[in-house]
Amino acid sequence: MAERVGFFTDTSICIGCKACEVACKEWNDVPDDGFVFRATSYDNTGALGASTWRHVAFVEQDGRWLMMSDVCKHCTHAACLDVCPTGALFRTEFDTVVVQSDVCNGCGYCVPACPYGVIDRRQDDGRAWKCTLCYDRLRGGMEPACAKACPTKSIQFGPLDELRERAEARVERLHAEGVTEARLYGESPDNGVGGTGAFFLLLDEPETYGLPPDPVVTTRDLPAMWRWAGGAALALAAGVAACFVRTRT
Amino acid sequence: MPRRRDEMVPDAEFRSYYGQPVVKRPIWHEPHMPAYLYLGGLSGAAGAMAAAARLTGRDRLELAARMAAFAGAGAGTVFLVAELGRPMRFLNMLRVFKFTSPMSVGSWTLAAHSGLTGIAVGSAVTGLLPLAGGTASVASGLSGVAMATYTAVLLADTAVPAWHEGRRELPFLFSGSALASAGAALMLTTPRAQAAPARAAAAAGAMAEIVAGGLLERRLGLVGEPYRRGRAGRLMRASRVLTLGGGLLATVAGRSRALTALSGLAITAGALCTRFGVLEAGRASAEDPRYTVVPQRERVDAGRPASVPGR
Repeated sequence: MAERVGFFTDTSICIGCKACEVACKEWNDVPDDGFVFRATSYDNTGALGASTWRHVAFVEQDGRWLMMSDVCKHCTHAACLDVCPTGALFRTEFDTVVVQSDVCNGCGYCVPACPYGVIDRRQDDGRAWKCTLCYDRLRGGMEPACAKACPTKSIQFGPLDELRERAEARVERLHAEGVTEARLYGESPDNGVGGTGAFFLLLDEPETYGLPPDPVVTTRDLPAMWRWAGGAALALAAGVAACFVRTRT
Repeated sequence: MPRRRDEMVPDAEFRSYYGQPVVKRPIWHEPHMPAYLYLGGLSGAAGAMAAAARLTGRDRLELAARMAAFAGAGAGTVFLVAELGRPMRFLNMLRVFKFTSPMSVGSWTLAAHSGLTGIAVGSAVTGLLPLAGGTASVASGLSGVAMATYTAVLLADTAVPAWHEGRRELPFLFSGSALASAGAALMLTTPRAQAAPARAAAAAGAMAEIVAGGLLERRLGLVGEPYRRGRAGRLMRASRVLTLGGGLLATVAGRSRALTALSGLAITAGALCTRFGVLEAGRASAEDPRYTVVPQRERVDAGRPASVPGR
């Protein structure tokens, strides 16, 4: 197994140029998802989806702009991968999460399972799609298209441990410069998804950017869920038995 | 909603990205998915009743239960295939077995349950292989209770707030509703002399469905709101009225064919409303970022962020 790689997206130096969105679409041949004017912000892409694997959020605040290039988090404990009934989703040798489109059944279970709302089903072909972290480029020894195209190095690609060190240093430097609101999001292996393969430096609370403040891998509670369902199954059996016993003539 | 405003959870202050959803809403279709959930429940509980009828020697009730279990599984599979798009996609579900995927477990459960109910009905109709038919009938009791409850895990094992947080109550809501549905179907198709257990099942299942539904809406607090508001709220209230009325009627309908029919139809309509209501509440809770963000923000602010112990 190769070393685990991922993205560190430093939103403090994102200029909202959308080069990442375009490079991703170009390299991965991702179809157009239409031009929508939302009348809320400069963001006409809206959210990550089947045809948007990088999404630049624009947050207009008093006195400043916040911009952030969002992407699939490639979770350590990935809910989409756990719940996929066909094995179409798999973990690669780079510890990233990829959908095999020739196996995907289009059941859509991964879509509501993702605690970040990343993966989605395409209307026209009925299959689920999301960021592959440019699996084909990684196998060719290249960095993902979005990181390559980013003109400010807001998107950094590399071994995850190295990226974490770099991110810590960056936060310390920003704090020293008086940017006390800088914080990392998703980097901790102790969080609800066991840490993400794509993490972020944010300048406000995660929910401001449309990110969940404390996501949990859907399947964390699955053993408990099976136990509750088992209890309900026993109750059903007991209920049926009672109906027959009480009405015995 | 003007009524009982003071008892509602106060609107929490929260921030979001222009009000856009944080998690994706379930993309499953209507009526495919709710109809599958109802039919699966009906079939499962009918299987359990077929087994009990066999073990207590009620031939006509057992025959009706075998038929209902098979019809429910068959029609449910049709709706499931329609949801997926084409039949090959259901077979593709059986290429692996994954315990971490309730849909994988469910596909195998449905396949096993359909097979058992098919053998049970085939034997009953043709008179061939009575021993195999009887064994399948009893075995469908086991596959049936799994069939009637796994669908609750299917919904709860998502990031959809109203479903995930309802993981304790949903299995009981679905199993109660399944028992009521099977009771309703069987008291309509069994001669009165043998239909007493079906009437008891209809009444008991209806009560269990109402109690579990009430707990679901109350215990969840803010996240339970989608079950009370808008279209989901109307469906859940309609379900409660129909189920309660049908359940009470089942206890006194013994001598009247008309009352039995009315009771059975009310319970069936109530069970369908429950499934459509639960699907709609899930959609509403995923679409409003409040239900995703506020509980998570409260955890973080209280210094108790989520973790994944032992994984």
